[in-house]
This record gives sequence, C-alpha cells and structure tokens, in this order.
Amino acid sequence: MSNTPAIASSHLRKEYGAKLAVKDLTLEVPQGEVFGFLGPNGAGKSTSMKMLLGLVHPTSGTARMLGKPVGHVATRSAVGFLPEHFRFQDWLTGSEFLDFHARLLGMRVARALRISSLLERVDLTDARDRQLRTYSKGMLQRVGLAMAMLNHPKLIFLDEPTSGLDPLGRLMVRDVITELRGEGTTVFLNSHLLSEVEVTCDRVVFIKQGEVAREVNLREHVDTVTVEVCIGSNGAALLPGLAQFGTDLCIHGENCTLTVAEASVIPRIVAWLVGQGLEIYKVASQRRSLEALFIEVLGTERMG
Amino acid sequence: MDILTIAHLTFHEARRRRVVLSGLVFGLAFLLIFGVSMVLINNQLETARPEFIFPQITRAVPGSRQLGLNLVYELFTMAGLYAINFLIVMMSVLTPVDTLSGEIGSGAIQSLVVKPLNRGVVVLGKWLGFWLLCAAYLLLMGGGVLLIMRIVTGYSPENVITGFGIMLLETTALITLSIAGGTRLSTLANGVMCFGLFGLAFIGGWVEQLGALTNIDAAKNVGIVTSLFVPSEALWRLAAYNMQSPIMREVTIGPFSSASIPSNFMVVWSCLYIVVLLGLAVRSFSKRDL
Repeated sequence: MSNTPAIASSHLRKEYGAKLAVKDLTLEVPQGEVFGFLGPNGAGKSTSMKMLLGLVHPTSGTARMLGKPVGHVATRSAVGFLPEHFRFQDWLTGSEFLDFHARLLGMRVARALRISSLLERVDLTDARDRQLRTYSKGMLQRVGLAMAMLNHPKLIFLDEPTSGLDPLGRLMVRDVITELRGEGTTVFLNSHLLSEVEVTCDRVVFIKQGEVAREVNLREHVDTVTVEVCIGSNGAALLPGLAQFGTDLCIHGENCTLTVAEASVIPRIVAWLVGQGLEIYKVASQRRSLEALFIEVLGTERMG
Repeated sequence: MDILTIAHLTFHEARRRRVVLSGLVFGLAFLLIFGVSMVLINNQLETARPEFIFPQITRAVPGSRQLGLNLVYELFTMAGLYAINFLIVMMSVLTPVDTLSGEIGSGAIQSLVVKPLNRGVVVLGKWLGFWLLCAAYLLLMGGGVLLIMRIVTGYSPENVITGFGIMLLETTALITLSIAGGTRLSTLANGVMCFGLFGLAFIGGWVEQLGALTNIDAAKNVGIVTSLFVPSEALWRLAAYNMQSPIMREVTIGPFSSASIPSNFMVVWSCLYIVVLLGLAVRSFSKRDL
C-alpha cells in the first residue's frame, strides 16, 4: 500500500464551455509527502484540487487517490479536506458541526473524545457551544481544519489553510502540518504564502494554466547561494581575487555580494580574505528564496 | 444511515433557523382565529331560526335542520382545509427552496459531498427531512382544523384518511419539485419556477372547471395537461372531493368543488411524477460540478 501514490493524475483537463481552466495536469504525490501546489491566481489550482476530490468532473484525463479512482466512495473515509472558503452549516455549534461530519465519516466510537481533543488542538474549546455564525473568519478556518482531521486521514487537502489566520494561527497550522507529517499523512497544500510553503513542504510544483511548469524538491534543493561580505572601505582591490569564487560580483559601499554555486565555498572565501590580511566583520549567506524561484519560473512562463 | 443523518441535520436546521418556530406561531394563530370564529358562528347558528340555514332545503324537507347545519359546517371545514392547503403549498416550496442551491452557492456543500457517501444520499436525506417537516405540519394544521370542528360542532368530514393522504401526496410533489430545481437553479430562479408552475396548475385547474361547466372540451384539456406538469391543484381538488358529502359534491363551482372531478389516475400519475423527478434530481446533482 505504501508504494501506491497518494495521488496520481494523468492528463487531467477541464473546460468550462469555451474557457480552459486546466490544460493538462499530470502529477504524482507519494504517500507521506507534504506537497505544495503553487501558482498564480487563475492558474487552475482550485479546479485541479476539486477534480482530485471528485467535486468537479474532468473533461478528460483520469486521477487516482490512494490507489482508487477518484469518486470511489469508501476511499473518501481516509481523506480530509479544508475548502478554500470554509463556509459551513453556520447554524450548528462548533461541536455539533464536528459531530455531524464525524457521523458522515462513519465514526461510531470515541467520537466525543476525538472532537474534544481536536477542538483543543485548534484552540476552540471555549467556543465549542457557540454557533458557527458567531465565529470570526480565523475561528471558522480553524474549526474547518479540525473537521478535515477528524478521521486521522491518510491524505489531507488544505486549500489556503491560513488565509484567514493571524500570525499565531499560522504558526499553529504550521505545527499541525508538521504533526501530520510525523503521523505519515500525505498533505496536499495549496497556498499563496511561499515562506510558509518553504518551511513545511517536501516538494512543490508550480502550475501555470493547469500544467506543471516546474517541480522543485525542497529537501534536496541545491541551488545557488548569495554571499554578502563586509570588506571595508579599501576592498575594491580585492575584487579581482574574489571573482575566482563566484559570479555576479557587486560592491555596495563597504559591502560586496557574489553568487556562489554552493554553501561550502563560503569558508574558502573567508580563509582567502583572512590570508589577504583583511579583518572580517560580517559574512552572510542567503539561499535563493522560493519567492525568487516563483517569479523566475512563472516569469519565464509568461514570456514563453 | 447517512440519509437519516442528513435528514436529521435538515430538521435541525429548520429548527435552528426558526422555520419551525415561525411555522408553529403562525399556524397556531391561524387555528386560534379559526377556532374562535367557529365558536361564534356556531352560537349564532344554534339560536337561528331554521329558515336561516339553507332555506330552500329546510323548507322543502321538514326536519332537515341538522342537514342544513351539517352543510354549513362542511363548508367551513373545507374553507379551513383550503387555507391549510395554501400554507402547506408555501411550506413545501419555500422550506427546501435554497437547501441545495444555497449550499452550492456558499460552498458549504463541498465539505459534505467529499465524505464517504453518494451524492444521491445528500439529495434523498434532505428530501426526507423536508418531507417529515411538511408532513408533520400538514398533520398538525389539518388535524387542528378537524379537531376544532369536531369539538365545536361535532362535525367530521368523510374519508379523512384518503383526503389527507392525497394532500400529503401534493406536498410531496411540491417538495420534490423544489429540491429538483435547486440542483441546477439559483435559489431565486428556483422559487420563481416553483411558484410559476404552481400558478400554472392553479389557473389550469380553474380553466378545467370552467371548461367542464360550459362544456368546452378544449378548455378542460388545457387544465388536464397542466395538472400533468404540476399535479398540485388537481390533487387538492381530488382530496377535497373525497372528503365531501354527496350533497356538497353537487355544488359544482368553487375553490374546493369540482365540475370536472380529477380521476384517481392522478394519484398514480403523481406517484410516478415524484419518483421520476426525485431520480432526475439525484442524477442532476451527481453530474454537476460543485
């Protein structure tokens, strides 16, 4: 079972009349992975997610979830979903809402216990007997997250799970994702907050017009590093020597930046500078952010 | 099992959103006014001279005072049930009108249909919930009218069970129509469609009656055809016809009288209508994107 991918889609396509929402989506997400699904607005992210969940019927192509075709009813008891707009039956109280969904998931035993522990996890114990209509946006999103986790899902879809949350709430979601990973849950995360994706995801794909534009494995991600060195006022003389370590050499006042192939070059730069008799006050390295990558990938896509 | 969970939620929603409360308050207000009116009318009738009540009958047939009184009671019972019929029609169309379209519009339906159940279960569960709600309302209100008549005047109409059974069928047809419309239309469009069709059946029913009275077959057929599309009005007339006494049935024009008596085939047709429409609703909801 563990060799079966959590999600496998093949050439999914969705047209709404003349409008093409998703062109050709082929994806595979292994079980246990925290997977980030990135792309600009209107790239077809939500439609893709809805096709994988069986909410939207694809025009063509197929997809399997946990080894079964999308739409297979029994498989859904192992899946959790937090929808983007987290609109729920708002006349229910928090605990009634979770109990109703637990019933639909076929949970017969220990329902109350699970609900209490989840309400505690998302910090809503005090609000459990209030109707959802009185909840704030953030509270609704948190109760939705609890709903998505009711059945200890093997696969959980989170569509913009932090859009309504304050910084503390975001931290909570980040911790929850880490816990889910620890339990072996596959997480399919759709988010705009790249910094968040960067710290939580194992792998991301960028999609553009419903096609995978680029795939990046963040755990093995080896990419160029920018190094900033404070070389003092008479550092200009050192520039030709520094050029042997990297490219894009630049000088801004007392600081100099250059791009190197990998982080292991940095100690060599420091040793060389010390050898030149320089007193070093600061060396900083910066991995190129996902944001820069996002702009680069989707920027070239746009030009392409 | 899941059907019952969804039906329960539907019932719970009606309670939480004060549909049940307002239905009860206005229903009881109606019964109160009806009851008080009947007490007043009955007091007047008891003391009235025999000639006052249907003088033609009482003069022609000696000792027929009770017969005349019963006719008056029957007339009021039918009027009461006619009003109830309208309340039930409103309830049957309005309570389920946004149950699917509203949740589709807000997206609340999404977290429901990703659960391990067929989409059809959502439709059937909601349908069952509203059916129970409206059936209880019919029983309460219709039963209230009958009980008031019984207590105040001692009168009971004939074939109550058949009559109420047919009215329940009318409710069921309208609930099904409203739910089926909600699988594709917006709440507003669905409401407009349901009341439009109900209005069509209503006017069709009158055209049919006038056609029968004036022996214009074409007009009669117009009515019959419209009642095939929406059987509500024909079912009401059939229910009323069943509960009436032979004398009242001779009164051929009025909101609860029939010059052209709907055939019992209408009951079979309505059952078919409900099953097919419900099947279409399930199919339509299962096929659509959410």
